Amino acid sequence: MYKSFAEVKTALASGSSVLEIVESYLTKINQHAHLNAYLEVFEQSAKENALRVDEKIKKGTAGRLAGMVIGLKDNLAYKNHKVSAASKILEGFESIYTATAVQRLIDEDAIIIGRLNCDEFAMGSSNENSAFGPVKNHLNTNCVPGGSSGGSAVATGANLCTASLGSDTGGSIRQPASFTGTYGLKPTYGRISRYGLIAYASSFDQIGPITNTLEDAALLLEIMAGDDEYDATVSSKKVANYSAFDTVKPLRIAVISEALYAEGIDPEVSAKMEAVIASLKKAGNTVENVSFPYMDFIVPTYYVLSTAEASSNLSRFDGVHFGHRSQNAQGVEATYKKSRSEGFGPEVQRRIMAGTFVLSHGYYDAYYTKGQKVRRILQNKTNAIFKQFDLILLPTTPSTAFELNAVKDPINMYLQDIFTVHANLTGNPAISLPLGRHSNGMPFGVQVMANHFDEKQLFNFSHYLENL
Amino acid sequence: MKEEIRSKYEAVIGLEVHAQMLTKSKAYSNDVNEFGAHPNNNISAITLGHPGTLPKMNKKTIEYAIKLGLALGCDIARDQYFARKNYFYPDLPKGYQITQDKTPICTGGFVHIKLEEGTEKTIGITRIHMEEDAGKSIHDVDIYDTLVDLNRAGVPLLEIVSEPDLRSSQEAYYYLTEIRKLVRYLDICDGNMEEGSMRCDANISVRLVGAPEFGTKVEVKNMNSIRNVQRAIEFEIIRQIEELENGGTLSQETRSFDALKGITISMRSKEAANDYRYFPEPDLLPLVIDEGQINAIHAEMPALPRELFLKYTKEYGLSEYDAYILTDTKSIANYYETLLLHTKNYKSAANWLMGDVKSYLNQYGVEIDAFPIPADRMAELIALIDAGKVSTSIASQKIFPEMLVNLTDAPLQIAETLNLIQDSSEDGISTFIQEVIASNPSEIERYKNGEKQLMGFLMGQLMKVSKGKADPKVANELLRKSLENL
Repeated sequence: MYKSFAEVKTALASGSSVLEIVESYLTKINQHAHLNAYLEVFEQSAKENALRVDEKIKKGTAGRLAGMVIGLKDNLAYKNHKVSAASKILEGFESIYTATAVQRLIDEDAIIIGRLNCDEFAMGSSNENSAFGPVKNHLNTNCVPGGSSGGSAVATGANLCTASLGSDTGGSIRQPASFTGTYGLKPTYGRISRYGLIAYASSFDQIGPITNTLEDAALLLEIMAGDDEYDATVSSKKVANYSAFDTVKPLRIAVISEALYAEGIDPEVSAKMEAVIASLKKAGNTVENVSFPYMDFIVPTYYVLSTAEASSNLSRFDGVHFGHRSQNAQGVEATYKKSRSEGFGPEVQRRIMAGTFVLSHGYYDAYYTKGQKVRRILQNKTNAIFKQFDLILLPTTPSTAFELNAVKDPINMYLQDIFTVHANLTGNPAISLPLGRHSNGMPFGVQVMANHFDEKQLFNFSHYLENL
Repeated sequence: MKEEIRSKYEAVIGLEVHAQMLTKSKAYSNDVNEFGAHPNNNISAITLGHPGTLPKMNKKTIEYAIKLGLALGCDIARDQYFARKNYFYPDLPKGYQITQDKTPICTGGFVHIKLEEGTEKTIGITRIHMEEDAGKSIHDVDIYDTLVDLNRAGVPLLEIVSEPDLRSSQEAYYYLTEIRKLVRYLDICDGNMEEGSMRCDANISVRLVGAPEFGTKVEVKNMNSIRNVQRAIEFEIIRQIEELENGGTLSQETRSFDALKGITISMRSKEAANDYRYFPEPDLLPLVIDEGQINAIHAEMPALPRELFLKYTKEYGLSEYDAYILTDTKSIANYYETLLLHTKNYKSAANWLMGDVKSYLNQYGVEIDAFPIPADRMAELIALIDAGKVSTSIASQKIFPEMLVNLTDAPLQIAETLNLIQDSSEDGISTFIQEVIASNPSEIERYKNGEKQLMGFLMGQLMKVSKGKADPKVANELLRKSLENL
């Protein structure tokens, strides 16, 4: 069992082959099939690639990730492999190209071992919206793993891969990381190319790693980040040496009062936050409460804007060119309607309808335009906080993982995103660190948010906080 | 339709032109942009709209749009963004078209058209924006299915929207001719309506002359030549007038032109129109254009037909007709401009180009790019005439045909080799005159008796004897003198 890339490297140094490491993961995946984390295991290509990397190791030409075994959220394109966004509408669809972020890992000799279950089209906070059944939390199989990157979080947490990739549109990496005791990073919007990530909401989506160590998260970011001619929204800003953690001098940290003292927050979560704040203060850092009086607007704004984009992004799944086509449709109009009605699950349909509504004639200004204005206000306010502070500290989730089928009302489910969606609306990088353990036995995370493209600071501080 | 009824009404027409840009690759991918490839050959994951793909901006399209905007005197937007126009259609793989909605790259501007009576009219340009083309649905190849060819999907387009300033189908014809000429001059579109690289939709309404409000607007599509746009508009004007004259009303609708029957047919009413749900394209950054970029593009712009026309008529003294012919295509104008680098005889250069050179092009059905004689050589020929070394007719009949096949020798050499250099020496010409007098005694006699009109015949004989080499001016004078002294 390899919990981290460091352990993989130790094994390689003591004579294990990459193939043996891959095989041990394959065995473990089989043993944990009941978690439903993997939608497909790429056994054959993983073994072939393992042999290839073993050759490279022998020749001394192996890349920086030789031996790292990675699972992909099922919304990332990997050439000649199936990808379905956990939706029936893409059943049988195989990608003809590889996502930029995935290619960069492969170029450093990481092994892609399979595709991981998630909420359909990354829409969900519990992984219960997958067309292929829910993922179960490995720490308590009655509980959800969070979502939408639930499969990624469980695969990493249960050591069914060394690390995994997820995508985060409103908290889809950080919330499951919090629920599974793993590290989950949502980089700055534009830090990692989105080329090859099946779009949910283009101006929010970011790919990020879910790992068992901070080091692995930093290393993966370092390798995936940077300019890409296939994504106009990716930044060409220099990629820093994130994985070399520097010691930090005393920092100015903001705590959002509305989050810390939010109604409905689990007392053990806020107690842990208080404890972290106390030790930070004790160590000489400035920690101050700041007011962010927009908490009530965050989730509605997110759902107006993200569903608007989603309604357009998901138009290409129409039964004409690829994916599911209804067998009971005559003519093009019926093909659209039936293919989409049969192919999309209820939550996806709900969001397409909501998004279509907010963009429709007569409602656009009341919803979409207003949503854009609120987003700008949130960005301005957040930028103002970062003028005075180095980092923002807040919980990742209000509570620990809940039980399967426990949250039935969509609106209640949407409120799961209350602490995470902020960073997506403003584009800031944020990480969930597994610092808390509830008396119910389940983990929960502490979230750190940094200024745009200041992942270096984010990692330095996270490293410091872990060792405090 | 009776002219008295027709003349009660006025047509109001606005045109939307879609011009496919002549870029090497598509608007948002590296796929090749070319006409006539095997179906579904110029495609990739991006053109196919596969999950996870993103648009990749082709910067050339911005340059082309700015060029056209500057040529039409438009304002170029400094800050703009792209938008998505959402609708479902099998040849639109993403389910939306990337276009510009609220912030078109060019606004304002105008086109000058020449009317028959020789007056000029200015047609306003409302806006020009960039967008991508859809693929092609082919309905008539397979009897059961519609086939889709995505080679065209993602090809960059410029949509040029005119003000409703056109008042007749003829004006629409002139307007489109001007637009086509311009995009060809700028090398941004080949302007080929038959291949669909330039397309036009017409918005047509009629109203009683003097009525303050516009009538109900009908949009007509599917016209694959400028002539057909004219035909469709003409048909539609009559149809609308007849409808109104018969007490009917018009409905806002989209109609399709049937070129075989020469009629328009209703396609859909406006009530059934899509809500396109335009919103800012989140996959492309807002576009910021600075003054420097515009100036750089401006500096690279070729001279435009209207500028050249004015120069030729005002500065060079050419007739409007000549100037129009010379500026009709950029390649002819370029040749003329190059010719003028080597000769200042504007009129002669124009005559050669519109006469012998045009005849050659017509005879072989080629463009001037395929004309074998370089401009500097043509200029040498003109200089030869101007220097009195050869006559225009000798140049045209003997030297020019030789130049077409002999690409090495200069016109002067050719003239010398063929012994065509004109004799303007009195001695030489006098010898020929003596010969003419000696061999035409009866005509000389009649001339002396007052038949002065025989001068022409004798002059012809003189040119014949001299094999055309005698300088006609000098020869004419000497002959007259010799005859008078007889």
